[in-house]
Amino acid sequence: MKPAPFAYAAPRSLAEALTVTGEHGAEGKVLAGGQSLVPLLAMRLARPAVLIDLNRVRQLDYIRDGPEVRIGAMTRQRTAELSPIVQRRLPLLAEALGYVGHPQIRNRGTIGGTLAHADPSAELPAVLSVLGGRVVLRSGRGTRTLGSDEFFLSYLTTALDPDELLVEVRLPAEEHMGSAFVEVARRHGDYALVGVAAVVGVTEGRITRARLAFTGVGAGPVRIVELEHALVERTPDDDALIEAGRIAYARLEPESDIHASAEYRREVAGVLVERVLRLALQRAGTARKRGGRGRRS
Amino acid sequence: MLMTTRYFGERIKRNEDPRLLTGNGTFIDDLRPAGVVHAAFLRSPHAHARITRIDTAQAAQLPGVIAVYTRAQLPEAISGPLPKLIGHPALVHHKTQYALAPEKVRLVGEPVALVIAESRYVAEDALDLIEVDYDPLPPVVDLEAAARDGSPLVHEDIGTNICAHHTQRVGNVEEAFAHATHVFSERFVIDRGTAAPMECRGVVAVWDGKVRELTVWDTTQAPIRIRNYLSQLLGLPQNDIRVVAPDIGGGFGPKIMMCYPEEVLVPWAAMQLGRPVKWIEDRRENFAAMNHEREQIHDASIAVDADGRILGVKTVFLYDSGAYIPYGIIVPIVASTTLVGPYRIPNYHCEFKAVFTNKTIVSPYRGAGRPHGVFVMERLMDRVARELGLDRVEVRRRNFIQPDEFPYDTGLIYQDNAPLIYDSGNYPAVLEKAVELIGYAEWPDLKARYRREGRVVGLGIACYVEGSGIGPYEGCRVTVEPNGRVYAATSVGTQGQGHYTAFAQIIADALAVDVEDVIVTTGDSGAFGWGTGTFASRAGVVAGNAVHLAAQAVRAKAIKVAATALEAREEDLELADARVFVRGSPDRSITLAQLAVTANPLRGTIPEGWEQPGLEASRFFAPPRGTFPMGVHAALVEVDVRTGLVTFLRYLVVHDCGKVINPLILDGQIRGGVAQGIGNCFYEKLVYDEGGQLLTQTFMDYLLPTTAEVPDVEIAHLETPTPMNPLGVKGAGEAGVIPVPAVFAQALDDALADFGFRIREMPLNPSRLREMLRAAGQPADGRRAAAAR
Repeated sequence: MKPAPFAYAAPRSLAEALTVTGEHGAEGKVLAGGQSLVPLLAMRLARPAVLIDLNRVRQLDYIRDGPEVRIGAMTRQRTAELSPIVQRRLPLLAEALGYVGHPQIRNRGTIGGTLAHADPSAELPAVLSVLGGRVVLRSGRGTRTLGSDEFFLSYLTTALDPDELLVEVRLPAEEHMGSAFVEVARRHGDYALVGVAAVVGVTEGRITRARLAFTGVGAGPVRIVELEHALVERTPDDDALIEAGRIAYARLEPESDIHASAEYRREVAGVLVERVLRLALQRAGTARKRGGRGRRS
Repeated sequence: MLMTTRYFGERIKRNEDPRLLTGNGTFIDDLRPAGVVHAAFLRSPHAHARITRIDTAQAAQLPGVIAVYTRAQLPEAISGPLPKLIGHPALVHHKTQYALAPEKVRLVGEPVALVIAESRYVAEDALDLIEVDYDPLPPVVDLEAAARDGSPLVHEDIGTNICAHHTQRVGNVEEAFAHATHVFSERFVIDRGTAAPMECRGVVAVWDGKVRELTVWDTTQAPIRIRNYLSQLLGLPQNDIRVVAPDIGGGFGPKIMMCYPEEVLVPWAAMQLGRPVKWIEDRRENFAAMNHEREQIHDASIAVDADGRILGVKTVFLYDSGAYIPYGIIVPIVASTTLVGPYRIPNYHCEFKAVFTNKTIVSPYRGAGRPHGVFVMERLMDRVARELGLDRVEVRRRNFIQPDEFPYDTGLIYQDNAPLIYDSGNYPAVLEKAVELIGYAEWPDLKARYRREGRVVGLGIACYVEGSGIGPYEGCRVTVEPNGRVYAATSVGTQGQGHYTAFAQIIADALAVDVEDVIVTTGDSGAFGWGTGTFASRAGVVAGNAVHLAAQAVRAKAIKVAATALEAREEDLELADARVFVRGSPDRSITLAQLAVTANPLRGTIPEGWEQPGLEASRFFAPPRGTFPMGVHAALVEVDVRTGLVTFLRYLVVHDCGKVINPLILDGQIRGGVAQGIGNCFYEKLVYDEGGQLLTQTFMDYLLPTTAEVPDVEIAHLETPTPMNPLGVKGAGEAGVIPVPAVFAQALDDALADFGFRIREMPLNPSRLREMLRAAGQPADGRRAAAAR
């Protein structure tokens, strides 16, 4: 388990990083926190000619408040999880980050890295999707801003061009909504068998907005339009939740692997829909009453 | 002789921990001899294939590559099958592995070629350049299919995949079954796992051609035996080979093989090249190339009378040996003999077939068949309780061997070829203690309360007897040096069990010295050249008693020498504070340090009766057969029936391994074992696909329980000494792991009693539990469907 030979570049600025990335294109591979890439290198499943290490590009490490919270791609997951801005403005992100591996992993892993890696079992793609966030991609040719649907193309595949870097994530702050993230993993810190992120709004005893995104049941974060529509205008009672769970069960088409069957993933997705909605609705209620954030104390 | 017991039985901290915890241990990868070069192995990507061509030319030309070896380059002594370890009359096809694959490969991970290079990186680059043409053959993967006529063959020359067929009988089981009030039958399946030690394997070899001396550091549990086999295979006298097992990050059984291919090839390559060679196994290699365990399928039956008393038990099972069976049929023998447990079973029939498959070799891993036997027997006892409407604890009570029945001859032959005779025990006392501590009497009320809260919780309680401390022998040399410290060398290796402390406690008591002044060396053939190895929960028992005998001999010698020095009679002398003194006249004394000088004079002679110069003695302990600890585990588990997730609310171990040397070390042994048992039940499973590819070769796919999953383990001890050895100790290395599957199976049955299915297999993951619940008519949407029963 020693990597195949590679050249190593360690740019110190974004400009330099873009130049290097532009030079090497498809031959290069970007190293952020290394929590997925380094094992792939060690197993020789990834054999880049050039490893472009972004860890010295300090200007990509930031969290900025605003209508959209902007997070630099090289921000460590642990930093984001503990950030007062994230905790106040993006409680869903903070909650989801708690499920990413263990603190040691989050100390190294980056916000941009996990999104660019695009593992369909990962938590952050679902958060990006459910919040309607965007990623900022930059290259020597210019800058693009893509939403989740445009960015995640398939398993471990994104719209990133070979000369592009993911430089920033923009997530709209959750205003007057309740959110929750739940997942079922075999052990604490494992990639989830199934996970669900939910954001709901409730006004005068009716669900006004509902967005859910699933992990582990498709080629990327999965949303079910029918399920979200079915919730709107409903009274947030048990029947609504159970029906939502049934729609998830009926609509999802996950695959089997050594950890769980497809049927198991469908079942559990249905169960988690109920559980995530119950939590999110409860928090939405709290948010409304306090006129503030839908977050557990 | 008066024996003070200052340290024996005390919960003292371990002598080795300051060194280990501050990063000052010497593990295999810490060894960097000058000029060392690195080995990497090309391993078969196929489960079963003929090798039609190997071309190493390109690899050999890569800068930094020193040598590339295939089987064609190996001398005769190591090009054929490697040694057979433990034969048995029933093992008619004792096929063993090759150092490098012969004309065909029989498992994924089998070594095909060896590269030696200036760095491990270059060595692995060179592996990529070796061209091998394989002609794939139909793989033999499924255990039952492998045992059927017409299956493709792992070894064509023997015409079958069945390498052993062994039966043991006690009484007349057919008659017992014919006349029984009830007979219950069931099939039980336990799947494959791996020991997953924190440190993988490794070998570092240095050949000094001038003095023709070979030094090998090896992560083995049996350094002396590795030396002996290397002597045979490499054509060197034993005396010219030193094998050292340094600090080792976990053994658990698979690190005793004699010999893994790498253990032979790395020293051989060092001799060929005249340069030190190092091989460190990486985790992916370890998953495929270190021996596995656990895979068995039992068809078992129990016959009982109307009161639930056992009339007879029968099991017929298949044992998956993997592609070769170097270690023999120890695991299935242990499984079939452990099965009878603490119960009186007048009629017993156990029969197994050991079967070759195109999978990794199987050899003992902590438990070594014991968990299987206990799982089968305890599941049968649970079935009896359920079918007869009896309390599960009461059924066990009724069938226990009683304290006045020891020694109790089971009528079976154990893995050491000796009669399986339980030496001592008090099984009812252990069970009652567990019943009390887990709150069994209050359980129905507690369960009802959980139920009212909508929680699904079950209790499991299971019993086992652990075979431990078998022969043939171990030895120890104890020396008091003129610096006043005591040095002891024993042959067993240590992989974290606390030998440096437990053995020091025994010696410190005998010689009345401070335990920190006893320095123990283990697992170095250069320090002590006779021994067997660390396995079968035997180091504390067999080596521990050898240590005791040697220390007592040194004590006697000290008194003998002191008698002359102090002009006193031996019977008037005592030891305390590292000195010998005249009873009643503490000022008339001499230190052990002074005695060490006196006993090794420059002039004069060694008096008759001194045996040898110095304050030193070597002794061996060779028990005729093993000693048998017993225990009861109990657990409370909660099941989320909608997701199949299981959480552990309580885990209790009540345990009797005779006299306890150090409760702190013992509790650690038990906790580690329970953690492994939890892994065996809910997390750890090696998965092969139909082509014989091992799908679980990382810790992302093969899940070990972590501190987030394993609950606190409550532990209580009873001490029923054994008459089998002077210290009265029994083994404890496997106590934690043995009954865990049985306990959780029962707890799950208890929790899920409403759904009308029984647990018959381990391990279980949430997906599999949901599958069972679904089949029992429990949809995940939380609404109970019409009972499917």
